[in-house]
Formats: sequence, C-alpha cells, structure tokens
Amino acid sequence: MNTEIYKESPVVHQPAFIDGHSVEIPILKILKQDGNVYDGADLPEIDQTHATKIYKALAFHRVLDERMVAAQRQGRISFYMAALGEEATSVGGAAGLESQDMIMAQYREQGALIYRGFSLENFMNQMFSNEKDLGKGRQMPIHYGSNELNYMTISSPLGTQIPQAAGYAYGQKLQGKDAVTICYFGEGAASEGDFHAGLNMAAVHNAPVIFFCRNNGYAISTPSDEQYVGNGIAARGVGYGIKTLRIDGNDILAVLKAVQFARQYALKENKPIIIEAMSYRLGAHSTSDDPSGYRTREEEAKYQAHDPILRMKNWMLAQKWWDETQETELFEKLREQVLAAVKVAEKIDKPPVEDLVTDVYDQVPAHLQQQLDALKTHIKKYPQSYPFTAGRIK
Amino acid sequence: MAQMNLLQAINNALDIAMAENDSALCFGEDVGHFGGVFRATSGLQEKYGKARCFNTPLVEQGIIGFANGLAAQGSTPIAEIQFADYIFPAFDQIVNESAKFRYRSGNEFNVGKLTIRTPYGGGIAGGLYHSQSPEAYFAHTPGLKLVVPRNPYQAKGLLLASIRDDNPVVFFEPKRLYRASVGEVPEEDYQLPLGKAEVMQQGSDITLLAWGAQLEIVEKAAELAAKDGISCEIIDLRSILPWDVETVANSVMKTGRLLVSQEAPITAGFASEIAATIQSECFLHLESPIARICGMDTPYPLALEKEYVADHLKIYEAIKHSVNY
Repeated sequence: MNTEIYKESPVVHQPAFIDGHSVEIPILKILKQDGNVYDGADLPEIDQTHATKIYKALAFHRVLDERMVAAQRQGRISFYMAALGEEATSVGGAAGLESQDMIMAQYREQGALIYRGFSLENFMNQMFSNEKDLGKGRQMPIHYGSNELNYMTISSPLGTQIPQAAGYAYGQKLQGKDAVTICYFGEGAASEGDFHAGLNMAAVHNAPVIFFCRNNGYAISTPSDEQYVGNGIAARGVGYGIKTLRIDGNDILAVLKAVQFARQYALKENKPIIIEAMSYRLGAHSTSDDPSGYRTREEEAKYQAHDPILRMKNWMLAQKWWDETQETELFEKLREQVLAAVKVAEKIDKPPVEDLVTDVYDQVPAHLQQQLDALKTHIKKYPQSYPFTAGRIK
Repeated sequence: MAQMNLLQAINNALDIAMAENDSALCFGEDVGHFGGVFRATSGLQEKYGKARCFNTPLVEQGIIGFANGLAAQGSTPIAEIQFADYIFPAFDQIVNESAKFRYRSGNEFNVGKLTIRTPYGGGIAGGLYHSQSPEAYFAHTPGLKLVVPRNPYQAKGLLLASIRDDNPVVFFEPKRLYRASVGEVPEEDYQLPLGKAEVMQQGSDITLLAWGAQLEIVEKAAELAAKDGISCEIIDLRSILPWDVETVANSVMKTGRLLVSQEAPITAGFASEIAATIQSECFLHLESPIARICGMDTPYPLALEKEYVADHLKIYEAIKHSVNY
C-alpha cells in the first residue's frame, strides 16, 4: 500500500500549503542560436554522418511544408499542417531512437517519418488520397502511417494515442523486445482526459514509453496561458511519479540528448519518462487557420529568431560538416523533387470503390457486400455523377 | 461435461485463452488478486502472474486506450469494464479508436485481438447505474462486433470465439445470470460462431427474438402462450453486430409474425433496427406489425423496477395481440 510512504513526511500543526509552482523545473539547453555550444554542455552521441542525416531531414521537412502549403493554396490538396519552427522536436526524436521503436504521433510530426525514410511518393500519395496511399485514401492529408517504419497511423481525435502508447510499450516489455514507444502530443492535447489516463496507466504499470510534449504555445488560437496555469506539462509528470525533463525544443542537440537518455532509461528501468519540449508554432495551426486573428506579427518575429533549422545549420557550419554550396544545392534539389512528386501523385487514380467496405472488419461481412453491390448498381445507372469510380466497375 | 454457472464458464474460457497464448492479458478494475467484483477472473493472477492479470487504476478510457495499444502491438488484451454503465468514459477509445483502427490505416495496423468484457443489464436492484444495456450505442459503430451470451454454455463458446476473432469485440455479460444460470459446460475447448443466431425452439405462429438475459423472460412468456395453443419460435440473436438477418428473416417468413424484446429503452434500441430490416425483408409475409417489447424510455429505475422491465407478462400480452391482430 502506497500510503506507507506518507509516514516519512514531515508533520506540521498549522496548514502548510505547497504552492503550485514550488517544483522548480530546469530547462536543458545545449546549442546556442549562433551555432556555439553552451560551456560545459553534455553533447548527445552524434557524428558527422548522423548530423548530416538529421540536417537533411530538417531541410526536407521545411521544403515539404513550404511546397504543400502552396499546393493547398492552389487548390491541389484540401488541407495541410506545417510544423514551421518545431521541426527539431520530431526529427530529433526519431534520431534519438532505434528503427524498431514505435512512434505514436499526434499529427505535426512528419519530421519523424521523414527521418525514418518514408518516401516522397508515400507522402504525396497520402496527401492526394490516391489509390497508392497506404491508408487507401481514407483520411485527410497528413494522417500518415507505416507499419514497415513503425509509425502508427495518425488519428484525428486528440490524445487518444497517449494511453495506447502506454499499452503498446507494456506489450513490448512483456515480450522482451529491445524497443520502446515514443508518444508525441501538444500542450493542448495534454488537457484531454486521455493524457491523464495514459500517464497514470504507464506509471502504475511500468511501461517503457517516452511521452514527448511539444509545447508550442498554441492550441489552434488558444494560447497556453489559457490552457493551464500550472508549471507547464512537465509538472504533471512529477505528479504522476514519472521521471521528467524540460528542454529547449528548438535545440536539436538538446532533443537528441534527451531522447537518447530517455530511451536508455525506459529500457533499463522499464519505466515511462516525460519530456516537455518548449517551442513555438511559427505557422498557422493548419491551412484552415489564420493566426492574424489571435496574435501579432511582432510576437511571431520574436520567435523567428529561434529557428531550429538555422540553429543546427550554424552548428554544422562551425563544425565544418556543412557549407553554403551544399546548402543551396540541397534546397534547390528538394524543391524540384517535391514539385515533380506533386505532379505525379495528383494524376494517380482515386482508390477503387471496393475500398469503401474493406478493412471495416478483417473480412467483408455479408451486409457490407450487399451495400457495395447496391452501390455499384446505382453508380452504373448514373456514371457521370461518379466519375472517379464509374469507369472501373465491372 | 461439468456443471458451471455463467461466471465459472467465463473464468474457464479466460483460463483456456491465457493458457494457450502467452500474450493474452486480463486486466481492469479489481481484476487482479481479488478476481473482479463478480469474481470472473478468480485465480488467474495466481496462475499466470501479475504481469498478465492485473488491477488497473480507476480509469475506463485508460483501460481501453491501454488495451488498444496492446492489441496494435500484437498482444491479446481482454479488458474488463466493471459495469457496462461505466463504459462511457471509454466510448471515444472504443468508437473512434478500436472500431476504426484497421480502416483508417488501410490495414497497416489493427486492434483485432481486442476483447472488452462488461457485465450489463438489470434485475439486480442496481438502479440507474448498475443496470443499463448500452448495446445499441455500439451497434451504430461499424468495425465493432457485439456479442451477448444467454447461458454458461453459450458464454464459454462465444467468449473463446470473441477472444480469437480478428476484430475488436465487445462482450456483454448478463450479470443477473452470473450465478443464477447454471448448466452443463464441456471442460474442453470449443467455440460458438459469431454473427450467427440460434433457433432455440421451433414454432409456427410467431417468432420471438431476444438476446442475453432477456431470453429467459421470453421463454417464460412462450410457455404461457403455449397453454393458449400459440406455437412460438424462439431465436437467440447472440451477435448484435454483425447480426444474422438470414436466420431471423427465414423464421419470420415461416411464422408471419415477429416480436423483439430487449432490456434497453425502446426508442432507437437495437430492436428498432431489427424491425426495420425485417419489415423490408419480409413485408409480404407479415401477418401483423412487428412488436417491440422493451424497457421504457426512462433511466433505469430502482423501486419501480418490476413495473419498468419488459417482463414475461408484457411479452405474453404482446404475443396474443400479434396473433389475434
């Protein structure tokens, strides 16, 4: 019984309240914006090859976001979510893990998938909901998933992945796998009941899961000071008895250091850990959002000075692992590749009508087969009204 | 064969499932050493260890979220929600997550190994919050399978089939019958099919359809009707989703009449769905309107439970009304 531990508490005879902010939470910073490392900072394990892979993933991420926001503006895709300013949290997270570790993301973590090698074609096929999409054109753009890359398919409802990550990690532990689960979410989703459910389940059942909060200051238009009044999300980790760390989320080396440590800890101790990465969502929530309605240009400009990709580039230049020629060539090549991939993906057919009824169950049950047959008969009667599928119905 | 009550049959099925599959886990509130508030998981922690049969914190959305994660990972979670009345905090995890996991990922991932067990139904003086029959809420959710056994033999065979089925299953256990229903149950492994109704009694004048604990009531009404010379065909639906339209329709085409009885309130209950489908399938064979004898459209009462429930007398009256229509 856990109540035994309170026998150790100091006893008082007048009310002695603990202040909500009395737990002081330090913030890990390794890399300065100018590319220099703080004196005495512990670097993560990183060499030139690894650093270059990380930097290229960051660059890919930025170009993909720029181009796809533009593609949405041109009406080529319906929706997009950029991660401008927060790229280090997802790319750095994946870079600190092993490929067998499960990533359960919220929705703004395409960087982790880029780092793991999800192809440009796969990104495009998902966003254009064409028949080559791994998700069979069923979810809005950016809801990626890949079994091969251990990246759980995104689910729109916020926070549902948090207790799931606890269960996933518990299963990994029980089966003796050399693997952990990382679970991403924002400071807004941390208000959901599933956050509290998931952290407590993971703590009580000793699940090797890394909870990674991207605190980017906003949940759509709601600033974080209207989301909570406590000492951020990290303080809650302390409350649940979970090892807790706050980091500068725009510092790729801090993210890498934190996740490398967290992975080792989760595996060795079979316990959860929580990282709160402080960042700022420089862009809109999604292409359906306009931040000018709730924040100032001045505020945005202040945070633009903390660009995580520029910070890593400065470090790479200082290490002499990168130069401006490589920089220009890389970004030009990426822009060309993304544009070319858009043109290919948008011409690929929509999924066949049969995909409406598959995967609801492991096999198509009789009532769904009947509904599909009736639909096909109807489409054949009015083929002009169903141009994507009419021509392909036998 | 052994004499078992419904709880023993469930405990026996869980034992078989855990013995054959190291990744099968049983968990929920008080499920561990205590064996659950109804004792359905008695002895499992002692036999399979604390890592595989354990208590969880009091958080239904956490239990099902955790179970979804385990199932996606490849384990076989058998989660217990202590009362179906308390399943609603987990509604989002079941409806938006379990049910859509395979579809939304294009079958990259699935939670087909998930089984959720939960005691449902009235008749135990449980009032509003220990008596509900919430199957209709879940019946509106493609991707789930819903199963309700009526006795110990059915419970064991259907639960083993649910655990092994490659789709998420919500298994509603008629708690009024946990100890009250006793019968012969094979000690060995067996399964009963999901999605298949069972004709329990042949008859020619009217088809009586129900599931779970309500069948006992329906059988009593049929006995009364038999004394009046009315021959009732009784069908146990067994699976609410997907449900066996064919067996029910074939019966109604033979008898020309249908009565559906459920414990839950009448409006938008699953009986309504059955009535709509059967009037469409059997329109020209029907001799009278399809009758629904259900709970009233109120919260489940306490002192007036006897008046509220769809008892054998209400069903008996409706049978006579239908036959004499």
